Parts: sequence; structure tokens; C-alpha cells
Amino acid sequence: MIRRIIKLTTPIMFGYIPMGMTFGVLFQGLGYPWYFSTLMGLFIFAGAAQFMAIGLLSAGAGLTEVFISTFMLNFRHVFYGLSILEKYGKWGLRKFYLVFGLTDETYSLVTTIKAPKEVNEQNYYFFITLVNQGYWVIGCTLGVLLGGLVEFNTEGMDFALTALFIVLVIEQWKNIRDILPFVIATLSSIFVLIFFPNQMLVGSIMLSISILITLRAIKNKSYG
Amino acid sequence: MVDIGYLLSFIVVMTIATFATRLLPFVIFQKQSKHPMMSYIAKYTPPMIMSILVLYVLKNVDFNSVESINTLAAIATTVGVHLWKGNSLLSIFAGTFLYMYLVQG
Repeated sequence: MIRRIIKLTTPIMFGYIPMGMTFGVLFQGLGYPWYFSTLMGLFIFAGAAQFMAIGLLSAGAGLTEVFISTFMLNFRHVFYGLSILEKYGKWGLRKFYLVFGLTDETYSLVTTIKAPKEVNEQNYYFFITLVNQGYWVIGCTLGVLLGGLVEFNTEGMDFALTALFIVLVIEQWKNIRDILPFVIATLSSIFVLIFFPNQMLVGSIMLSISILITLRAIKNKSYG
Repeated sequence: MVDIGYLLSFIVVMTIATFATRLLPFVIFQKQSKHPMMSYIAKYTPPMIMSILVLYVLKNVDFNSVESINTLAAIATTVGVHLWKGNSLLSIFAGTFLYMYLVQG
């Protein structure tokens, strides 16, 4: 199972390690001991929020401000959980960790890839989450330790995450064979990009789910 | 002069705020998870979110610039290889290596 999971998460490794290293390099500039970068990867485990943290830390932002801005930045995750309530099974330590480690990339994998029949579904997702966090923590640590010492040319490597999302859209299409969600998502994104460009991610997700629910409600009504 | 106490409380607050966004739906909606509307949402939301993520990562590409050709070529390669072979890892590597080659070259 581990081999299969390594294979499945390799594109994420390509994204997380260079991105984590970039975070580590920036974190090093703040002058804190190196292991706090590792600690942030372990506990916060959110790419965008950690990059925002660099700015907030250097500005000495108040903790209330930190809470509100992080919550707003990660608000899209609320909608991720909504679609995997059943999938993540019963409460326990394992589920606690699954919920804790629900990043964009992990969400994309667990909602698209079916667990093989012979393995426990939740264990499978657990190891995907764990391995992904491993890549991230390694990246955060390497970046702060190596800092400017070694010149890496990883430019363009993060395209792996774009490519991953593209492949998963195709896989989603193969699973669902219904053009509706893709049309709703595209139209919502264009609308939000024009009118609320700074809230593109969370705005498009909220709008598309609202449209989805409205369509369902209309359909139910017409069937009376 | 670095303030370790500040950094630690900062990390705690950011950890709680991030975890809260991930935990909230499970706490609020877990009881409704068998509701037909929830299974409908569970089925249709992932393809929507995946499509939005693709558009999101591509939104900063300036499609009037020369660099956009690199992006378009890499996307076309990823999609093409995936439709041809259906092997996710192969498609992602093909697109990524081409992209790295183009932007570094």
C-alpha cells in the first residue's frame, strides 16, 4: 500500500518540497531559530497561511488579526469537509488527523482516487495525508537549513500541482460523466474573477455550491 | 531581537484558525451526512472545486505574454498524454518537465 501511496503522491511531493523550501528560506529571513519552521509545517500545515505568516510576523501583527485573517484565508476548507462527511468515517484519532491535514491537494486526491478494495479506505486516506504532510515538513525544514547556501533550480517544478489538478478534473469527468458541475464552476469562477477578483477561490466555491443547491431545489419542486 | 513567546502564541493561533476551518463542517453537518442533499453535494462538489482550483492557479498567467505559451504547451501536453495513456503520474511528469525545460531554458 505504501508504494502505491508514494506513487500517488509524487506530484504533490514535486509541489510541496520546493514550496515548503521557499517558505523556509523566507522564514530564515525573520531571524528565528530554524526548528520553528519545522514546527509551523507540523502544526499549521497550510501553504497560503504560512506564507501570509511571514508578512504578519515581520509586521508584528496582533493575535486577533492573525486569527481572523487565517480563518478568512482558509475559509474554503469549510466546503471541502462538506463533501467528505461520509467518506472520512467515524470519529477517532485517525479521523482527527484526516480533518487536521485536509489541504487542497489532499482533498483533491481523496475525492478523486478510489481506495483499492483490499485496503481500509480511511487508512488509505490517512497515509496519503501523512505522506503529504511529510513532504511539506521536509520542505519547510530543508529551506530554512539550506537557506541561501545551495542554489537549486526548481523553477517551474510547482507546475506539478497545476498538472495534478488538471489530471484530476479529467478523472472527475470520467467518474461523473455529467457536464453540469464543470459548467457551474467555470461560470462561477468567471463571474467572481470579474466582480470579486481578490476572493476568487472562496467566492467561486460558495457561488457554485449555492447554484448547485438551488438547481437541486428547483428540480425537486418541479417533480412535486 | 526575536520574541519567542510571540512566535509561539502566533503559531498556536494560526494552528487553531486553520484547524477550525477544516473541522467546522464535520462538527455542524455530521448528523446530516446521510441526507440526500448532502450526498448530492458530496458527489458534485469535488469536480466543481477541482475545476475552480485549475482556474485559480491559471488566473495569474498573462495570456498576452510569451510566457503564456509555455503554460499552454505544458497544459496541452498534460491533457494530451493523459487522454492518450490515462496514467496520471506520466501525464503530470510530462507536463511538468516540459514546463521546467521551457522556463529554465
